[in-house]
Amino acid sequence: MRVFLELPPTLHRASTGSLPALRLAPWHGAAILLIILATPLYGYAAGGPAPSSALAVLVRWTPLLLRGFGLNILISFMSMAIGTLLGAGLGIALISERIALRATAWSITQFFRNAPWLILLFFMMYLLPYSLHLGGLTLALPDWLKAVIGLALPVMANIAEILRGAVQSIPPSQWEAAESLGFTRSQQLWLIIIPQGFRRMIPPWMNLYAILTTSTTLASIVGVNEVVTLAGQVLGAEGGGPDLLAPLYGYVLLLFFIYTYPISWATRWLERRNAS
Amino acid sequence: MGNIAAWFSHLNDTTGINFTIFYDPFDGSRFLNGFWLTLELSAISIIGSLLVGIAGAFAQGATFAPLRWMVAAYIQLFRNTPPLVQIFFFYFGVSAFLPSVKNSLGMSQPLVGGLAWACISLSLFAGAFNIEIFRSGMEAIPAATIEAAESLGFTRAKTYIHVVLPLALRVCLPALTNNLVNLVKTTTLAYAVAVPELLYVSNQIWSDSDNVPEMMLVLFIIYMVLVGFLVFAMHRWERWLRVPGLGT
Repeated sequence: MRVFLELPPTLHRASTGSLPALRLAPWHGAAILLIILATPLYGYAAGGPAPSSALAVLVRWTPLLLRGFGLNILISFMSMAIGTLLGAGLGIALISERIALRATAWSITQFFRNAPWLILLFFMMYLLPYSLHLGGLTLALPDWLKAVIGLALPVMANIAEILRGAVQSIPPSQWEAAESLGFTRSQQLWLIIIPQGFRRMIPPWMNLYAILTTSTTLASIVGVNEVVTLAGQVLGAEGGGPDLLAPLYGYVLLLFFIYTYPISWATRWLERRNAS
Repeated sequence: MGNIAAWFSHLNDTTGINFTIFYDPFDGSRFLNGFWLTLELSAISIIGSLLVGIAGAFAQGATFAPLRWMVAAYIQLFRNTPPLVQIFFFYFGVSAFLPSVKNSLGMSQPLVGGLAWACISLSLFAGAFNIEIFRSGMEAIPAATIEAAESLGFTRAKTYIHVVLPLALRVCLPALTNNLVNLVKTTTLAYAVAVPELLYVSNQIWSDSDNVPEMMLVLFIIYMVLVGFLVFAMHRWERWLRVPGLGT
């Protein structure tokens, strides 16, 4: 018996990139808000401190936590910028006609896609010097800047894959048509193929950015003073009670939700618009 | 083995390239233990996440609506929060509410340790994605196939096990491979709750011997090989399961 099955569109998308897609809905934010508000109340009912104290702690430490979150955003911005620049170059090399270049680019891409992000972070933390000496110029390399570089590398590899996937999704007849019109290879790529593939690159690029933003919390493991590290310090300063644990980390989750939800929403909107 | 140890010792003496794990028995044994633990962690989480995925995808088709909502809420919760926060939540949050037990030395220790929590949270993390993957595989099965199974007297569970799952699995294997590769990479997060897996023991070793570049090189190669092996095995499985005419 022969069974003919069509692959669903979700699988087509999933098989082009190894990164999961971030899918946020408004009620996620409501649920997190409920955790922040409800757990102090529950603790109060169970004989803990008044619920207002947990919220007062959050309000008191908000400036510090927001500064930490700002560092997360800065890290994500810079990693994304560096990763996109390097990844675009790597992606172009991935579709090069020269086999040696393609093979090198392929192994670099595979290496950085398959290496755990945390290990790349550790790698940069330990192996980059504390400061760079360029001629007479001394450039200090603080920990967060090393984290930027550590996170930019996997972003680079994923961007390269996104670019390659988008270029490959353009029908081959486009290449052939451009060739028959007398365009050179690089003209075909830059004038015909990339402008068409560009639209398809935007949604996965935005999804990658949302994932990267949540991954900046990894920097807390290697000692960068970002929001999760600061939340731990706030918890310590306030006595480290378990009654504060849920509201405080819930608050951090809420910060990330408020930031990534619009990105996630826009990604879906673009995907839908491109699909139709 | 003696030759290898002697060569790496010689390499250290002459060039300063210090692979302690190959000639120092203590470093070697703790590195090997870390390697086994990473394998164990990966294997348990892969199996656990597959079970979660299979059970969850079945529950998503239930007629009892609250069960469907619960599965949907679980998927959303675990897909959209960082896995590091999930591990912390189980290890620090849930663990605090469980009783502690006395170990053989009379010291009190938590009922569920870091390794078990890492396995549980990683299984739940990857399981949430697996449910989505299985579900999208099931979407590819024509309704007529399921109706045919029904008309042959299959119950919903039997249809799922004998008809839907085998077909869906074949369709969604490439996506499943991606997710499992991601899972193996995510096992490094167990480092954060002091599970002595590869990254953790490597950190101990490079703290003692000051050989970060060498250990990093070894780590990268091992994860490359692990991921490579997983992808190879999954591709073999994919080919072995292949039914002509099914899928692409």
